[in-house]
Amino acid sequence: MMTAEVLDVSTLRSKAHMVRSEVLRLTEIAGSGHYGSAFSIAEILTALYYRFLRLRPAEPQWADRDRFTMGKGHAMIAVYPILADLGFFPKSVLDTYTRLKSPLGDHPDMRKVPGADFSSGSIGHNLSVSVGMALALNVRRSDARVVCMMGDGEQAEGQVWEAAALAGFRKLSNLIAIVDRNKVQSDDACATVLDMEPLDEKYRAFGWDVVHLADGHDWTQILDTFALVFDGTRTKPVAILADTVAGKGVSFMETTWQWHLGYLGPADYRRAQAELDAQAASFSKPRTSGENGR
Amino acid sequence: MSVSETTVNAEFDARTWDMVGSLNLSKQLVSGDVLVELARTRPEICVLTADLGRPTRVRVFKEHYPERYFNFGIAERNMVGAAAGMAASGMRPYISNYACFLAVLATDNIRTDICYPNLPVKMIGTHSGVAMGFYGTSHHATEDIGFLRPMANLTILAPVDALALRQTLEATVDFETPLYLRVGRGRETPVYDAPIENWRIGGSAQLRDGTDATIFATGNCVAFALLAASELAAEGIDVRVVDAYSLKPIDRDAILAAARETSLVFSAEEHNVIGGLGSAVAEVLAEAGTATKLVRIGFQDVYSVLGPPTHLYTYYGLDGSGIAKRVRDELSAR
Repeated sequence: MMTAEVLDVSTLRSKAHMVRSEVLRLTEIAGSGHYGSAFSIAEILTALYYRFLRLRPAEPQWADRDRFTMGKGHAMIAVYPILADLGFFPKSVLDTYTRLKSPLGDHPDMRKVPGADFSSGSIGHNLSVSVGMALALNVRRSDARVVCMMGDGEQAEGQVWEAAALAGFRKLSNLIAIVDRNKVQSDDACATVLDMEPLDEKYRAFGWDVVHLADGHDWTQILDTFALVFDGTRTKPVAILADTVAGKGVSFMETTWQWHLGYLGPADYRRAQAELDAQAASFSKPRTSGENGR
Repeated sequence: MSVSETTVNAEFDARTWDMVGSLNLSKQLVSGDVLVELARTRPEICVLTADLGRPTRVRVFKEHYPERYFNFGIAERNMVGAAAGMAASGMRPYISNYACFLAVLATDNIRTDICYPNLPVKMIGTHSGVAMGFYGTSHHATEDIGFLRPMANLTILAPVDALALRQTLEATVDFETPLYLRVGRGRETPVYDAPIENWRIGGSAQLRDGTDATIFATGNCVAFALLAASELAAEGIDVRVVDAYSLKPIDRDAILAAARETSLVFSAEEHNVIGGLGSAVAEVLAEAGTATKLVRIGFQDVYSVLGPPTHLYTYYGLDGSGIAKRVRDELSAR
């Protein structure tokens, strides 16, 4: 059933490096982009697409594929390079990112991008869409799963909780929500704008199982978490609350809220890429004490 | 986590910017500054946003009146309902959000909670049309005029630049019924260098007279229509250009005058031609029984392709040369 290639951690790490490098490159084409929101989910996306999702890149509409929906659509720039790398569309398409008539915009378009299971861009819609997919897959007796990636700022949308209520009530065990807790949103830190914590208690109260992914950049934790929620023994929908760092991988982006949206001039692009390359190189050498796999 | 109001610091590449720095380009979006001034003598004025206080540039209000600035988070319907509750309780709320995440997203709440009870809530829908470019249809608002025009009690105005926005906000500050202001992303070419003469609800501004055709334009298309008129003037085609800043009520007299005095009427808008300015002009022409032909320039019942906004205006024939071509083609076909 598993059709995507199963990769070891060092290869996953190099894929995540590829994702971040491509986010830098594509944002250079666009002239602006959501670095912070894309970098916070690079490892999680990599683990999902290269290890856990059942997909057929040559058959994007395969009826029993696992679905992935992007509630935080502004981070889709991190998914496009993976879809191209898996062969959903030629890598050359990436070079057209955001240019006139490109299929690839800041937010995903399911009618233009092979491998994009649903369009998004209006925050809070895609958990409802995912509920509909999960219901349909149940009716059709498919064993496919639906994974919905949401932001922590997104949790403020009332529609998220309408969807969560129905999913819990209907015990949609084929539905997995991931909340990327990178702790920032457009205007400010989430805790400053509208603090939606404690999310674990909220999702539990809505009838969900909750799994805490304490470090959404740690491969061991990510793989263990997904192994648990994809083990086929679920009886309820699962919410993975993933603590991540906005802008993870580039030092000057990790320390401030402001890189939710931005643009790197040529010199800072090189600086950011050099930091990513240095991290990648450090892992290709023998491990020394103090390195923690991140 | 530092959340300073400054842009990225000096050690960065001069071409590097973050969100805060980029906002300096949105010079026409002056609503925050104007509301700060208006609120000085009006303690009932408050400002609401749904996580878009920075990009819609009203966050400056928070610095002056933190107790009257409310960021609702990404929860637009709640914000609109709360604005209605505030208005029903003696406050005079201004909502500032992207047009897509206000007029398009919260349509029912605007109708049922604000327009039906006829409450004094003012809504500023920014980044209207396709100003969000490659963000795609989710972030575009090419339906907002059409959604809102049938809402009884609601007035819809479209100030095209900073000066017009300031004038509109000042003129409507004591307005006691629902108001929607359709504005751009703030990077528009200014049209006005002085306040609009005889500005009024239901008015319009003739920016250039002409005898061959009239273009009623709104938003970005006002500046584009002026460019088109200049281009056509060089060819001996004499075009009248009208800024239809009052979309509802529409300036009926100006439309009927154009129908009498020029042989063709055009509408130009960054909106679907169904439901927007073109429809409003068509209603006036048809009900008056005029025989003057109307040509509606805008999105022809399609969702925009992706691309940078300036490229989209050219692609859809909304820019100066696109509008000029349409006028030229229609006149030569007669």
